[in-house]
Amino acid sequence: MAYSEKVIDHYENPRNVGKMDAGDTSVGTGMVGAPACGDVMRLQIKVGNNGVIEDAKFKTYGCGSAIASSSLVTEWVKGMTLDQAADLKNTQIADELALPPVKIHCSVLAEDAIKAAIEDYRKKQGS
Amino acid sequence: MDIKQNYFEFYGLPEAYELDLGQLADRHLELQKQLHPDRFAHLSDQERRMSAQYTAYLNEGYATLRSPLLRAQYLLKLRGIDTHNESSAQIDPMFLMQQMELRERVEEAPQHTDPDGELAALDQEVAQAMAELQAEFRRMIGEPSQEALDAAASAVRKMQFLDKLSREIERLEDELY
Repeated sequence: MAYSEKVIDHYENPRNVGKMDAGDTSVGTGMVGAPACGDVMRLQIKVGNNGVIEDAKFKTYGCGSAIASSSLVTEWVKGMTLDQAADLKNTQIADELALPPVKIHCSVLAEDAIKAAIEDYRKKQGS
Repeated sequence: MDIKQNYFEFYGLPEAYELDLGQLADRHLELQKQLHPDRFAHLSDQERRMSAQYTAYLNEGYATLRSPLLRAQYLLKLRGIDTHNESSAQIDPMFLMQQMELRERVEEAPQHTDPDGELAALDQEVAQAMAELQAEFRRMIGEPSQEALDAAASAVRKMQFLDKLSREIERLEDELY
């Protein structure tokens, strides 16, 4: 199956690969996995006092589409408020990367990951 | 023989996770003999097509029942749960965290001072975890409750992650030699 140019770009030059201190109260961590293909994805956000996402990092073990989806999300959410980031839809990711139908679940995984990271952050803040 | 039967029925074996692999192999050989194309050579096209269909079903069934993971997935499928094709499912975050750490170790293994030893250790860990999940599945799939069935499905989903991990370890081992 042919990957789109954007997927290949993110796959070859993934943005924001890395790890933040999950114990830091200003950091939210989302861990998700797709049992069907065995992919695992970690997406982390660092949130400023103003509720704006200052930084985002990810690490994904999976196919090119899963890596590209999470890489794209870390690019997009930087500078967003938590509410804006929580509104991200997998369809936007799939459209941007021109994912074929069999790879839509990779964009769903990335959406689940950012939502999980936001939830983790909010839980830590106690709100 | 009837391809409307499930694989266990087709093979005349009890529908359970525990399986005598020797008995399965014996049954496979018997059924293969019964379906041998030479025995159908004198028959009509339609009957020969049927024989080919049966042979395909037989081989699929053998591959499915022989593999501990495929057999577990198949038992769940017979109960209406398809863990192999579902797009998302809630996975215990602690388990995912461990998977992430194991994946990182596998990825870094080639740079390890003793790559072979590290990969062998990882392989061992994965095999151990897999054996525990198989034991858990065997316990749960025998229970009649919905909770037990959910637990059985959850064990299989975890096995699917470990299966991917062990294939990744194998791939690296092949590369090292």
